[in-house]
Amino acid sequence: MTAAAPARASSAAEVVSGPEVALQLEGVTKSFGRRVLDGVSFSVPTGTGLVILGRSGTGKSVTLRTIIGLVRPDSGRVLVGGEDVVGMTRDRLNEVRKRIGFLFQNAALFDSISVGENVAFPLRRHTRLSEREIRTRATEKLAQVGLAAEYTRMPAALSGGMRKRAGLARAMVLDPPLLLADEPSAGLDPLTSDEIDHLLLQQKEQSRTTLVVVTHNMASARRLGDRLLMLHEGRVRAEGTLEEFERNADPMVRAFLSSPNAG
Amino acid sequence: MFVEGAGELSLFGFRAIRDAFRPPFEPGEILRQLHELGLRSAPLIAVSGLAVGVVLSMHTRASLERFGAESMIPAGLAMALVRETGPLTAALLLSGRIGAGIGAELGAMRVTEQIDALEASAVDAFKYLVVTRTLACVIALPILTTLMNFSGMLGGFLAERAASGMSLRLYFDRSFSLIDVTDYVPATLKTMVFGFIIAITSSYLGFTTSSGTEGVGRASTRAVVLSSILIIVSNVVLVRLIFFVFPGLQR
Repeated sequence: MTAAAPARASSAAEVVSGPEVALQLEGVTKSFGRRVLDGVSFSVPTGTGLVILGRSGTGKSVTLRTIIGLVRPDSGRVLVGGEDVVGMTRDRLNEVRKRIGFLFQNAALFDSISVGENVAFPLRRHTRLSEREIRTRATEKLAQVGLAAEYTRMPAALSGGMRKRAGLARAMVLDPPLLLADEPSAGLDPLTSDEIDHLLLQQKEQSRTTLVVVTHNMASARRLGDRLLMLHEGRVRAEGTLEEFERNADPMVRAFLSSPNAG
Repeated sequence: MFVEGAGELSLFGFRAIRDAFRPPFEPGEILRQLHELGLRSAPLIAVSGLAVGVVLSMHTRASLERFGAESMIPAGLAMALVRETGPLTAALLLSGRIGAGIGAELGAMRVTEQIDALEASAVDAFKYLVVTRTLACVIALPILTTLMNFSGMLGGFLAERAASGMSLRLYFDRSFSLIDVTDYVPATLKTMVFGFIIAITSSYLGFTTSSGTEGVGRASTRAVVLSSILIIVSNVVLVRLIFFVFPGLQR
C-alpha cells in the first residue's frame, strides 16, 4: 500500500470492534509450507458487504475457510459475532457455523441426494420443523433462486449456473446472519453472474445479512461491496470503499481495476 | 512414510470406534448405508456363493470319490464354507465392491469440497461419513457371510444333485451333521473385523484424497488392494485367536 493512497492496509490495532461488527479478523496468519496469510486483519460491520479481491493464490479462499473454521490459523483471532472461532470446541464451532452460510466456488452440492434435499439438508439437521414445513421452506428457497421446478433433479443434471444457484439456496436456507461466497460468478456467463449477484444483494438487503464475497469480477465487486479489500501475497494491500479504491494510486490496485478481465 | 501412514490409519480407526459411542448416532444414515453397502451387495454374494459351492463340490467329489467317501461331500463342503471359505471369500469380494465404492465416493466428495460443505453445514463429516459406513460394514459383513455360506451350500447341492441325484433334505441333513455353533459363530463374527478393516481403510484413503480425479482413482484402487491385504493378514491372526479360544476346532 502506498503512503499516498486513501485506502489503507489495516492492522489489528485499527480494527473496528463493537456489537455492530459481524466479523473481525485480527492478525491472522496461516502457512501451508509457504506463508499464505500474513497478519490479515479487517472487520465487517453487520449488514454490510465486504468484497475480497486479489490475484489467484493470494489467500482469499483460505481467508473464507478460516472464518468458518475449515482452516485453523497458525496465529491470530477470528471473531464471528464477537466469538473467537479459533480453538473452539467442535460443538461450539458447529453452533457458530449454523449462523454462517457458505457458497462454495463449485457449489459443492451433495451429489447423492436431489437438489431439493440439498437445500433441505440444513433444515433437517438443525431445526425441528415437520417434514411438510421442511419441504415448503426448501421449495421457497429454490423458488427464490428460480429453481422451484428442479426439486427432485439430481445435482449432476444441472448446469453450472443452476448448481451455483442451488448452492446459494442451501447457504441461505437457515437465513444466516453471515453469508460467505467464494467466487460466486466464477465460470458463469455475465447474465447468470448478474443473477447470482442480485440474489446475494437481495439476501443482504431483505435479511440484513452480512456478506463476505471473494471475487475477481470487478462488476460483481462494485455491486456487492460496501467496502473492498485487496489481498496480495497474504497481506491486506488495500481496503476502503469503491470510491476510495478508484482514487487509489497503488499500481497493484490500479492494475486490477483497469484490467479488461476485471469486469 | 509407511509407518506414518500405518499410524494415521490406526488413529483413524480408533477415532471411528470412539465416535461410534458418541451422539448424534445418525441412525438414518446408518440404515441408508446398510442398504447401499449391505443389501445391494447381496446379489453379488449370492451368485458368487452359488458358483463357489458348485466348484468346491466338484473338487471335493473328485477327491473323495477315490476313497468311496462321496457321502461326506455335503459335510466337508459345509465345514469348509462355514469355517473359512465363506467368510474369507465374502470379505474379499466385499473389499472389492464396498472398498472401491467408499474410496471413490469419499475421494470424490473430498475433491469436490462436499466434505467441507458438510463441515460448513455444522455436521461432523467424520461421524456422518466414516462412522456410519463403518457401522454398516460391521453389521453387514456377518449377514452377507451367512448368505455366502448358504448359497455355497445350495451350489454344492445343485452339483451333487446333478452328479448323484441326492435329495435336498438328505444333502442338508448331511451338511449340518458335522457343524455346530462353534464352527459358525467365531468364523462369522470375525467378519465384523473384516468389515471394520474394509470401511476404515477405504474411508481413510477417500478422506485423505488429493490431486483431483486422478487421486480419486488412486484412492479407489488402493482401498481395494490395501483392505484385501489387511483382510488376508488379519485372518491369520484371527484364526489363531479362534483356535486359542476354541481349541476343539483344531480337531
